[in-house]
Amino acid sequence: MAWTSAQPIVSLKNVRKAFGDFEVLKGISFDVKKGEVICIIGPSGSGKSTVLRCINALVPINEGSITVEGQEVHDPRLNKLELRKKVGMVFQQYNLFPHRTALENIMMAPIHVLRQNKEKVREKAIKLLAKVRLAGKENSYPGELSGGQQQRVAIARSLAMNPDIMLFDEVTAALDPETVKEVLVTIRELAEEGMTCLLVTHEMGFAREVGDHIYFTDRGVIVEHGPPKEFFASAKDPRTREFLSQVL
Amino acid sequence: MSAKPFAVLPPAAAPVATPSQWADWGLWDAPKRIFTPRVLVGLVAAFGVCLLAGEAYAQLNGQQRPGVLATIWRWLPLILLGPPGEVGGFLLNILVSFLTMAIGTVTGIILGVLQVSQGLIVRRVAWAVTQFFRNSPWLVLLFFAILLLPFRMNLFGEIVPFPSWIKAVIGLALPIMANIAEVTRGAINSIPTGQWESAESLAFARGQTFRLIILPQCVKRMLPPWMNWYAILTMATTLISIVGVADSMTLTQQALAAEGGRSELLIPMYGMLLLLFFLYCYPIARWTLYLERRYAIVT
Amino acid sequence: MAGLAEWFRSLYTDYGINFVHFYDDYERARFFRGMWVTIKISAVSVLASIVIGILGAWLQTSGNRFVRSFTQGYIQFFRNTPPLVQMYFFYFALGPLLPRVHTEYGTLQPMLSNFTWAAISLSFFAGAFNVEIFRSGIEAVPRTMTEAASALGYTQMQVYRYVVFPLGIRIVIPALTNNIVNLIKTTTLAYAIAVPEALFVANQIWSDRVNVMEMMLTLFVFYIGLVGIVVWVMDRWEKALRIPGYGQ
Repeated sequence: MAWTSAQPIVSLKNVRKAFGDFEVLKGISFDVKKGEVICIIGPSGSGKSTVLRCINALVPINEGSITVEGQEVHDPRLNKLELRKKVGMVFQQYNLFPHRTALENIMMAPIHVLRQNKEKVREKAIKLLAKVRLAGKENSYPGELSGGQQQRVAIARSLAMNPDIMLFDEVTAALDPETVKEVLVTIRELAEEGMTCLLVTHEMGFAREVGDHIYFTDRGVIVEHGPPKEFFASAKDPRTREFLSQVL
Repeated sequence: MSAKPFAVLPPAAAPVATPSQWADWGLWDAPKRIFTPRVLVGLVAAFGVCLLAGEAYAQLNGQQRPGVLATIWRWLPLILLGPPGEVGGFLLNILVSFLTMAIGTVTGIILGVLQVSQGLIVRRVAWAVTQFFRNSPWLVLLFFAILLLPFRMNLFGEIVPFPSWIKAVIGLALPIMANIAEVTRGAINSIPTGQWESAESLAFARGQTFRLIILPQCVKRMLPPWMNWYAILTMATTLISIVGVADSMTLTQQALAAEGGRSELLIPMYGMLLLLFFLYCYPIARWTLYLERRYAIVT
Repeated sequence: MAGLAEWFRSLYTDYGINFVHFYDDYERARFFRGMWVTIKISAVSVLASIVIGILGAWLQTSGNRFVRSFTQGYIQFFRNTPPLVQMYFFYFALGPLLPRVHTEYGTLQPMLSNFTWAAISLSFFAGAFNVEIFRSGIEAVPRTMTEAASALGYTQMQVYRYVVFPLGIRIVIPALTNNIVNLIKTTTLAYAIAVPEALFVANQIWSDRVNVMEMMLTLFVFYIGLVGIVVWVMDRWEKALRIPGYGQ
C-alpha cells in the first residue's frame, strides 16, 4: 500500500468540479511521474488553474479522485497541512507578505509550521535566496523588489518547505517580458535538479524546451496531450491546432 | 458598496480621506504645526468673545464682584484636576477615556476576529452583539451599566467596591468594543485574498495565519479609524456627568452654582470647557489625518 | 389588544416582569409621547442638519477667504467639542441672553424652549459632519463633467442642480446614512436638559415602577428599530437612484 516512486507521484482520475451551476472541470485524468515537468496550456476559462488548486486542496472537487504520493487528497480525514508540506504552490500574484523582508518571508513557514531551528532555517533561507539569484536582497521588503524578483522570492519561499512537488500557476503572466526570463531560468534549474513540476503557463517556448509532457485543456477537458516534440510539431485535434496557431 | 443582504444596518466605517479634502486645508505638506496661526487666532478670538460677553453682561447689570477672568482662573484647578485628594475633572475625563479605549480595543479586536470566524454560530453571535452595541445610544448603555451593575462585588471572598466611574468605563466600553470590532473586520476584509491563499499553501494553520500575517498588516489600516474613535470617545466621556460622576462637566456646573449663579459667568465658563476639549481633541484629529495620509491604502 | 395587555399584566403578577407600558394606559401614553418627542427631534435635526450641510458645502467653495475660514472654523469647532457641552452652552449660556416672552397666562418664559435648543444644538453638531460629507460628494463628480456642462451653456447654479447634485448624492448616501444614525443616537443627550424624549420618559417610569431592566429592553428595541427603519429607507433610496455601470 505504501507509495513507491515507480508509481505516479500525482494521479488524477476523472476529476469533476463545478462552481455553482458552472462546471469547470468535466472529467480530468492524468498521471505525473516523479521528476517530470508537466505543462498545462489552454485558453482562459478552460480550468487550468482550477486543476492546480484541486491538487493541493485549496479547492474541493465534486467527483473523481486525486492522489498525491498515494494519498487521496480529498479524503476528509486527511490533514491538509501535511499535504501542503509536500506540495508547494507559487501564484501569479506572488502574494509575498508585505510586512516582512524577503529573508523573513522565506523563513516564516519553516519556523512556524515545521518548527525547525531558527539558525538552521536562516542558513537554508540564505542559500535559497542565492539559488534564485537574489543574494544581497535578504533585508529588502517586497515593496522594494521588482515583479520578477518578488516572484523568485515566492519560489524560494515554497522551496523552503522542502516539497516533493511544485505547482506553478501562470507565474510569469503578470511580469513584463524582460523579467519573465529570469523566473523561467529559475524554474528550469529546479526541473533539472529533479523536482516534479506542474506548470500552468502561456510560455510555449519554455514548455517546448523544459517540459516532459504537455496537456492542452479546453472547456474543462483534456483535449490532447503528448511529449513536446510531437505535440508542437504535429498536433492531431483541430482545437489544439487552432490554439497553437494563435499563440505560436 | 455592494448590495447589502440585510439592509437595516448602518454601512461600515467611512472611507479614508481623499487628497482633495486635504488640499483645501493646506495639508498637502506634512503638518508642521498642530495649531496653525489661523487656528490659534480663531481660538483666541472665540474665547476672547466669550470673556467679553461675560464682562459686558456684568457691566450691564452693574455687578461689582471679582472679574470674569479672575473667577475662571480661580476655578480652573478644580475643573482640571478635581477635588484635592481625588481624581476628578478633566483629568478624570482623560483617565476614563484611556481605560475605556484600552478595554474597548482589546474586546473589540477579539469580537472583530470572531466575526470572520469559520464557525457559523460564532460568526452570527458576534455579528449580533456588534450590531446591538453599535446601534444603541451611548447614554442608554451608560445608564444600563450604572443601574444594572452592582455597586460592589464579591470577588474570591473579597468585597470589592465598584464605584460609579468604573461602571461608567464599562458602559462606555461597550459601544467602543462594537465599533472597534467593525473597524477590525473591515481591515481584515481589506487584506487581499492572495495573502490567505499563499499562507494556506505554506501550510500555516488558521490561527497562525491570523497572528503572523493578517493582523500585523491590519494594524496600519486600523490606526486612523481607531484614533478617530478615541477622539469621539473622549468627547463622549462628558456623558458621565449625567450619571453623577465628578468630571469636568459636573465640576463646572458646581462651580457656577457656587458662584451664586452669576449669569455673566455662564458663557465664559462653558466656553472654557469647550476650549479645554478642543485643545485636546483637535490635535488628535490632525494627527489622525496625518496617519490616514501616511497609511493611505491604494486599492 | 386587550388580551395582549392582560398577558403582560399576568407576566408582572406571576413572574415579576414588569412591562408596565403595555398594560397600563397612563404609562403607555407617557412612553408613546416620549417616543414621539424623540422622533420629532430626530426629524427636525436631520432636516436642519442637511440644510446646514448643503449651505456649508456651498460656502466652502466661495472665493472669499474669510467665508471659507469661517466655515472651516465652524466645522472644526463642532467636530472637536463634546455635543453635550455644546448643548449646555446653547441652553444655559446662550438661552438666558434671549429676551423672555409672555405666555398666554401673562408669565414670562424663555423665548426658545429646551426642545428648540436641543434641536438647534443637534442640527449644528450633525451639520458640521454633513458639510464634510457633502463636500466630498461634490468633489467626487469629475471636473470634466462640470466643464462639459458649462461648455453647453449651463450657469453655475444649473450645473449644481442638474449635474453635480444628482451625481454627488449617490456617492454620499452611505456616509449620510451613518451620520443620520449617529444623530438619532445623539438625541438622547436632550435628556440632560430635561427634554421629555424616550430616555427621559423611560427614566421617569422606572423611577416610579422600579422596572429598569424592562424599560431598558424597550428602549433598546425602540432605538434599534428606529435606526433599522431609517437605514432601510436610505437603502431603498440608494437602490432607486442606482445607475447601471456607475459606481458599483
